[in-house]
Amino acid sequence: MKGFKSRAWGDSVFRGATLAFAVAILVLFAAVIITLWLAAQPSIERFGFSFLISSVWNPVKDNFGALVPIGGTLISTLVAIIVAVPVSIGVALFLAELAPAWLRGPFGVAIELLAAIPSIVYGMWGLFVLAPLMADHVQPWLQHYLGFLPLFSGPGMGIGMLTAGLVLALMILPFIAAVTRDVFLMVPQNLKEAAYGLGCTTWEVVRDVMIPYGKKGIAGAVFLGLGRALGETMAITFVIGNAYHLSWSLFAPGTSIASTLANQFTEADSDVYLSSLIELGLVLFVLTFIILGLAQAWLRRSSPMGAQ
Amino acid sequence: MTRLQRRKLINHIILGVSGLAAIAGLLMLVWILSDVFIRGIGAINWSFFTELPAPPGMDEGGLANAIVGTFLITTVAALLAVPLGVMAGTWLSEFGRDSRLGSVVRYFSDILVSAPSIVIGVFVYLIIVKPLGHFSGWAGSVSLAIIMLPVVSRTSEEMLKLVPHELREASLALGSPYWRTMLQVIYRAAASGMITGIMLAIARVAGETAPLLFTALNSPYWLESMNEPVGNLTVTLFNYAMSPYDDWHTKAWGAALLITMAVLTVTLFTRLMLYQRSRH
Repeated sequence: MKGFKSRAWGDSVFRGATLAFAVAILVLFAAVIITLWLAAQPSIERFGFSFLISSVWNPVKDNFGALVPIGGTLISTLVAIIVAVPVSIGVALFLAELAPAWLRGPFGVAIELLAAIPSIVYGMWGLFVLAPLMADHVQPWLQHYLGFLPLFSGPGMGIGMLTAGLVLALMILPFIAAVTRDVFLMVPQNLKEAAYGLGCTTWEVVRDVMIPYGKKGIAGAVFLGLGRALGETMAITFVIGNAYHLSWSLFAPGTSIASTLANQFTEADSDVYLSSLIELGLVLFVLTFIILGLAQAWLRRSSPMGAQ
Repeated sequence: MTRLQRRKLINHIILGVSGLAAIAGLLMLVWILSDVFIRGIGAINWSFFTELPAPPGMDEGGLANAIVGTFLITTVAALLAVPLGVMAGTWLSEFGRDSRLGSVVRYFSDILVSAPSIVIGVFVYLIIVKPLGHFSGWAGSVSLAIIMLPVVSRTSEEMLKLVPHELREASLALGSPYWRTMLQVIYRAAASGMITGIMLAIARVAGETAPLLFTALNSPYWLESMNEPVGNLTVTLFNYAMSPYDDWHTKAWGAALLITMAVLTVTLFTRLMLYQRSRH
């Protein structure tokens, strides 16, 4: 009897301890939001809601607004998504359905390696390799043919919104591609075979069976990439130009929430300055939380893993 | 053109475009890696691994302190995150598999995996650096550990779930308590998969920069204590690359080469291990 009791005791300790650490993840999440919220109070009290819509960023006069960094984050992310989504869906299709079996392994590993390269290396590569290329070739070309659009006006200096968006696109492409591939692989084989049996071409199977079947999952993959792009710091900080104004031109330098934090956090010399930066961080965290929350919900619904 | 011909043509065009996209992805990998290699290899020599950073304009000097610092910060982060993450993953796989709490924890872990790492840096600054009044290697390790934790917990969970239930039943039937079953049977059965996942998580945080900016900071001196700013490769790379000096740029490429090679080697190695396992 005694042995049994101590055994049961050991198991409840084990169970309780593992439960404590599982709950710790939730506590951690809450702690991040609460800590940032409390530390952002000086700025929240002083600027209130106008913080989100003011475009002033003046450390000398202690007057701060988040519109420029928020706008820059959204614009660079939008550029990244527009460029990355079609390409990554193409890559995913290739990996899941078109490539001969012997090619899928090596290509899949290559995409995962691309995802594993540290973001700072992307940023540095963007600054020293991509930016000069943009300034010398891509931007003059865009300006020559599309310069009538305000998006491509002004001098192309290499660094700026467009280059930042492209580096971001390159970074999130492998993530979106890998997740989309997994979504495509989830489509039941007999559905595809039925469509092929009716005489569909590969593209028709993709368009009429695989994409409709994996709709939610693809949306989840895109939002996962979106969430990553919003919070990405190092890839952007190198190439965005760190200028505090919004411009219609994608050639113009700008700033994002993450790069503002990276550049100014250790330099903030007043309480309001620091708490304004922290409030920026809070905005970013909440924004990515919403996006990633949606992504996870959709991915869960489209995969058997989520059904568990 | 008949209808069939048109359908086949469209099919070929789309297949071609998708194949091109995949090839473009592969070419980008080759392009970035070759740039990093060509520009970085010149900086790699004996003194790169053995000497302290030199002021700009001087040819000698290395990043030895930063290499040691990155290694230490990452190791401490792993020592913090791995036991906690494995425990959390154990609960998710063994006790919370179908529970409501389990799916809530899973959901928030998955969000935390992709949460902006710079915000984690701000969080650790607020809870450790500010109260203590100084930047420290410990704070850097804690922020990396927070980033690792959900990754380790989710991969451990997945790997533990792959262990057949019969193994648990056999061990329990022999009278072993659950915790001993886990320690002596289930963890062993899942070990190679869990180690793979943990290695991938370590590789990921080893290349992180943003969470170290406000926690470990950086330092050009030998590490004396983890309780002060610790020089590390990624922040050094950031500072050097943003500087106007050419010889610092070369060193930055050297650091980029070192980090990239380390991270990719671990990733490739573990991926191949997973690939081998899945073929059995």
